[in-house]
Amino acid sequence: MSENKRKIEVPVMADLFAKGEKPEYLLWVGSAGAFDDRYKKVTRAFIKILTHLNVSYAVLGVEESSSGDVARRAGNEMLFQMQAMTNIEIMNSYEVKKIITCDPHAFNTFKNEYPEYEGNYEVLHHTQFLQQQISEGKLKIDSELFKGKTLTYHDPCYLGRANGEYDAPREVLDAIPSTKVEMKRNKSNALCCGAGGGQMFKEAEKGDKEVFIERTEDALATNPDIIVTACPYCMVMMTDGLKYKNKEEEIKNFDIAELIEQTLEL
Amino acid sequence: MINSIIFILLWIGAIAFFTWNIKKISRNIKLGKDLDIKDNKKKRWGLVLKVAVGQSKMLRLPISGVLHILVYAGFILVNIEMLETMIDGVAGTHRILAPIFGFLYPIAVSSFEFFALFVMIGCIAFLIRRNILKLDRFWKPEMKWWPRLDANLILIAEVVLMTSIFFMNASDYILQTRGVAHYHETGSFFLSSFFVPMLQNLPSETLMLIERTCWWLHIVGIMIFLNYIPYSKHFHVFLSFFNVFYSKLEPVGKLANMPSITTEVKSMLTGEEPPMDENAEEIAFGAQDVKQLTWKHLMDAYTCTECGRCTSVCPANITGKKLSPRKIMMDIRDRIELTGKNIDKNGVDFSDDKSLFDSISAEELWACTTCNACVNACPVNIDQVSSILELRRYIVMEQAAAPGELNAIFSNIENNGAPWQFSQDDRMLWADELYINEK
Repeated sequence: MSENKRKIEVPVMADLFAKGEKPEYLLWVGSAGAFDDRYKKVTRAFIKILTHLNVSYAVLGVEESSSGDVARRAGNEMLFQMQAMTNIEIMNSYEVKKIITCDPHAFNTFKNEYPEYEGNYEVLHHTQFLQQQISEGKLKIDSELFKGKTLTYHDPCYLGRANGEYDAPREVLDAIPSTKVEMKRNKSNALCCGAGGGQMFKEAEKGDKEVFIERTEDALATNPDIIVTACPYCMVMMTDGLKYKNKEEEIKNFDIAELIEQTLEL
Repeated sequence: MINSIIFILLWIGAIAFFTWNIKKISRNIKLGKDLDIKDNKKKRWGLVLKVAVGQSKMLRLPISGVLHILVYAGFILVNIEMLETMIDGVAGTHRILAPIFGFLYPIAVSSFEFFALFVMIGCIAFLIRRNILKLDRFWKPEMKWWPRLDANLILIAEVVLMTSIFFMNASDYILQTRGVAHYHETGSFFLSSFFVPMLQNLPSETLMLIERTCWWLHIVGIMIFLNYIPYSKHFHVFLSFFNVFYSKLEPVGKLANMPSITTEVKSMLTGEEPPMDENAEEIAFGAQDVKQLTWKHLMDAYTCTECGRCTSVCPANITGKKLSPRKIMMDIRDRIELTGKNIDKNGVDFSDDKSLFDSISAEELWACTTCNACVNACPVNIDQVSSILELRRYIVMEQAAAPGELNAIFSNIENNGAPWQFSQDDRMLWADELYINEK
């Protein structure tokens, strides 16, 4: 099989709109997806998957701004609503109907909180989108790359408990030949990675332990080869946890999108 | 005759005092801000059936869940027997339903004895778990002497009440076999028959004394129990049904909107003057005291039975931080009670210059990750995160006292649209040099 690299020009909403085109999906990159070095890789992986699947999508590019999730949870309602209304104005001006995002926090706030400010969209977390593509037969994985590897999935609070989505990410993982092991605390009982509600950006309060270490121990107890995450905060926390435990050489931390990217050899 | 009068007077007194306390608690809950919850009645009744009546969330911890169902269902069923007790008490009769139900009567009473046994088993197991096994969640710092004593008092009271049933029935049966007046034959009762050998050699006078004492102990015990509940964490036996009915139906990830801010932000963005609301009061952003919380927040606090399931799944608490969602609920309830007492003493407008922040520290509030594990764990659908958020809102928007790192992300979001200090113009840099393998 001959392989050629093709450059991806990521479609930007303003450009498409100028040409009179309207993509099916808005891909919300999120601040972490745009700026965090580790999560940029997840964004790039997901873009490759969208390209591979010929999905009609665009990003907001420099018009994107913080969803306001963290501002609201940290108690700054004023800032949250400023962000929400500004984002909604931009999205509505592009007549956005469907949004995909790799960030469960943006997913939650768009789906549940933006409708209060006239932002009504069909919102999909990227794991839900991937699950749909698999169940519709559009995304096929016949790679044995992870065969014999043990994967353990960490539920992000804002996908799981906050929105009851436990199945889509697991169904995507089930499509990848590999061994799946659940952590002791999983699904609605999953332990938070420790980063939500503004914790990501501040020192933790005094205690005996960091939350991310406690959660990393849950993951390590399953003897995994790969800890699978589906959230930018969880990614940072689990990566830090692996470093803290000096396990970053033996055990990898991947987003679900990256696993798909690898199995498809994109 | 005199017994009937005492019986009726005691009940009138017990119910009057209970009503007086309920009115007070209801007044206290209404100190909270208005909140309109009238939607989805059908769904709400469904939740009451499933979560409150059906105890579905209790079973998330199977051992305490099953034990609790024994106590809860047992207690309700045992009290069906109260129907007969009430008639007997008022009319001065003895086991008036026995002749009416005939051979079914001893079967019914025997089954009530089984329910009483279930209650006893549950309560004794709970006492062991609290005091001997010392389950961690019952010994957290907020579980000071009163919350611990409160729980034990309730459990001991239930054991005493149930024991009295067995002694009452056993002595009654012996008196029946001896043909003592008023103790007409009903047949033997299954479980209390095991107590018969213990009492058999006692003279009839003593047995009558035991039987009557247990009967009155049971009645008066229930009256005391009823009137103790409003002072106790045990108030959940009433409020949990209401609290579940008024549960948040939206996904737990959705936080409550602040419409007053929406009006303000809209006018900032459009440059138009906000519409003047003539009735607008000076409203605070967030809450520093109970009157700035909604009545649902206050109902949450009154419904809390201090089981600590929330605290035992809280990531902050698990890792040794000061935050305990249960403590937040207990502090809010204590503060409502105090506010209520102040109002009784000094009138509605009285202020003691104290607030929730006298018992809840910023350190606790800032440790919350808003992960909603507490909300998910609560068997009676309390929303702890919502109360924590209201207090955070006050700290941030009224006191401008957010932790420095959070103030930094606020200004970054304001200035460059991301929590980090990156220029918004650089938001597409990740897309540079992105290639896909063509096959």
